[in-house]
Amino acid sequence: MPVLEVKDLKTSFYTRDGVVKAVDGISFSVEAGQTVGIVGESGSGKSVACYSLLQLIPQPPGRIEGGTALFDGLDLLSLSETEMRKIRGEKIGLIFQDPMTSLNPYLRISTQLIEPLQIHRGLGKTEALEKAIAELDAVGIPDPHKRIHSYPHEFSGGMRQRVMIAMALITRPEILIADEPTTALDVTIQRQVLDLIKTRQEELGTAVIFITHDLAVVSEVCDYVNVMYAGRFVERADVKTLFSEPKHAYTRALQRSIPAMQTKGERLYTIPGLPPNLSAGVSGCAFAPRCELPTDAPEHAQKSPPLIEVSPSHWVQDCPGCLSFSL
Amino acid sequence: MSYLELQNLTRYFEKKTGWLKNETQIVKAVDGVSLEIQKGEILGLVGESGCGKSTLSRLIMQLLKPTSGSVVLEGERLADLPKHEIRRRRRDFQMIFQDPYASLNPRMTIFSTLAEAILTRHENLANDRDGLERAVSILMERVGLDTRYVRKYPHEFSGGQRQRIAIARALGPEPKLILADEPVSALDVSIQSQILNLLRDLRDDLGLTMIFISHDLSVVRYIADRIAVMEAGKIVEVAESNALFDSPQSEITKVLLQAIPQIR
Repeated sequence: MPVLEVKDLKTSFYTRDGVVKAVDGISFSVEAGQTVGIVGESGSGKSVACYSLLQLIPQPPGRIEGGTALFDGLDLLSLSETEMRKIRGEKIGLIFQDPMTSLNPYLRISTQLIEPLQIHRGLGKTEALEKAIAELDAVGIPDPHKRIHSYPHEFSGGMRQRVMIAMALITRPEILIADEPTTALDVTIQRQVLDLIKTRQEELGTAVIFITHDLAVVSEVCDYVNVMYAGRFVERADVKTLFSEPKHAYTRALQRSIPAMQTKGERLYTIPGLPPNLSAGVSGCAFAPRCELPTDAPEHAQKSPPLIEVSPSHWVQDCPGCLSFSL
Repeated sequence: MSYLELQNLTRYFEKKTGWLKNETQIVKAVDGVSLEIQKGEILGLVGESGCGKSTLSRLIMQLLKPTSGSVVLEGERLADLPKHEIRRRRRDFQMIFQDPYASLNPRMTIFSTLAEAILTRHENLANDRDGLERAVSILMERVGLDTRYVRKYPHEFSGGQRQRIAIARALGPEPKLILADEPVSALDVSIQSQILNLLRDLRDDLGLTMIFISHDLSVVRYIADRIAVMEAGKIVEVAESNALFDSPQSEITKVLLQAIPQIR
């Protein structure tokens, strides 16, 4: 039984330039203890999708147009603000990319860490503080008794991200949403933070939704991956299948464009063009303008291609063009 | 003779600690760095955050005075030059920063940003509007920007395009040395490749010498001819980039190599 089941989520933004369909009908589910990845370039809608689940989209200009997100028998998308507050930060934790902007610089770490316990669990200050110290210890902050009384600026970037993880997990949420948690960090710190998320997840059995643009990171942490492009999923598969048998042209292009994967001396492969302007509306296959098709290849889909299941739990957009050529 | 030479470059910072702040602790941010860079070479400089990479780059750019040691550019000790001379020389070495959102003036159009950069070298173009417009167009085409966007502001561009603008601005004064401080770290993986290709093309076409600073060895390996690894203010290893990957000598290099996420 999945912890969270999202069906046909649609989020649009009503701007002066027209309606931007940032998320255009995506479905996915997360099981307890599982890590589900959402990968895509910036602007593909991956963050909007997750913020929609927590109703963190500014409305207006944003509007959740449809879909359901079942969590504990509740539809997250139709909850009132009061009901949502009981879930946000308690049952679903959130870590952002930049730990400096997501911690309050004026408040000591202690104040910020015990707040969720006081609000959601009704704990007293001393008891909450004890728990918070234990939590800091669990995420590997040395000397937590002293460090808990520090301010955010007294921590390094990696340590701040550890504090964020401690804060997100302190209420033992069922789901942790990690939005590019390591993008702002050094590779060595990134490694530590990824390992930390993994161990905490194993210890607590939390389900993780991992948002990133980095396929290499995905291959290391995720069990199941959704590749997002222009507001829709173009391919969904378990991590092994996605990397051994990528079907969609976009997934393959993304894999080819990782600098670490290419030999030195040759020109780096880049995906030509830019992601489509979503305010103009996309008809047919969204990746068609950037796809380098040989001349004899089949045409791209004229209508928005549906996802089809090519093998068990491996889904791909049914666009003859994108599925045609292989590497 | 090498193009740029760092001779035993050192920079200490003093930090007041203790009760009443009466004790002085010395932080050795850059501690005796010697390096030679040949003309047309791309040198990668890697290390974890806090190892002194950025302090070293500021010393090279003459934005900080060294505690001891010197920077020698084409046989000239930069520290010996008078202030106005350094100002004039600064056109020859330009920087590209990590965050293209923060390093461009949001109130200046692309045209005024680039025109300002060009005028530092070609002051005579100040009264020649057509000539200046032509120079800006050439610069934009050089970095792969559409010249129709010349009147737009930085916020109207994506991250990758903004970094192209920042690169164009760095090229404006026709520098000989470019110091790129984590130029692709803030960009999507798919955009990183585009910027790396561009930097390599620029080196090949314009004969630029480049110092490429990054914490990510996988990116540096691709672009750099040689890689210098820095730890706690010291250069611990310098090697050809493939050699560094094949047989890392120092512990920190091994740590950095292991940290690269791998596709499994």
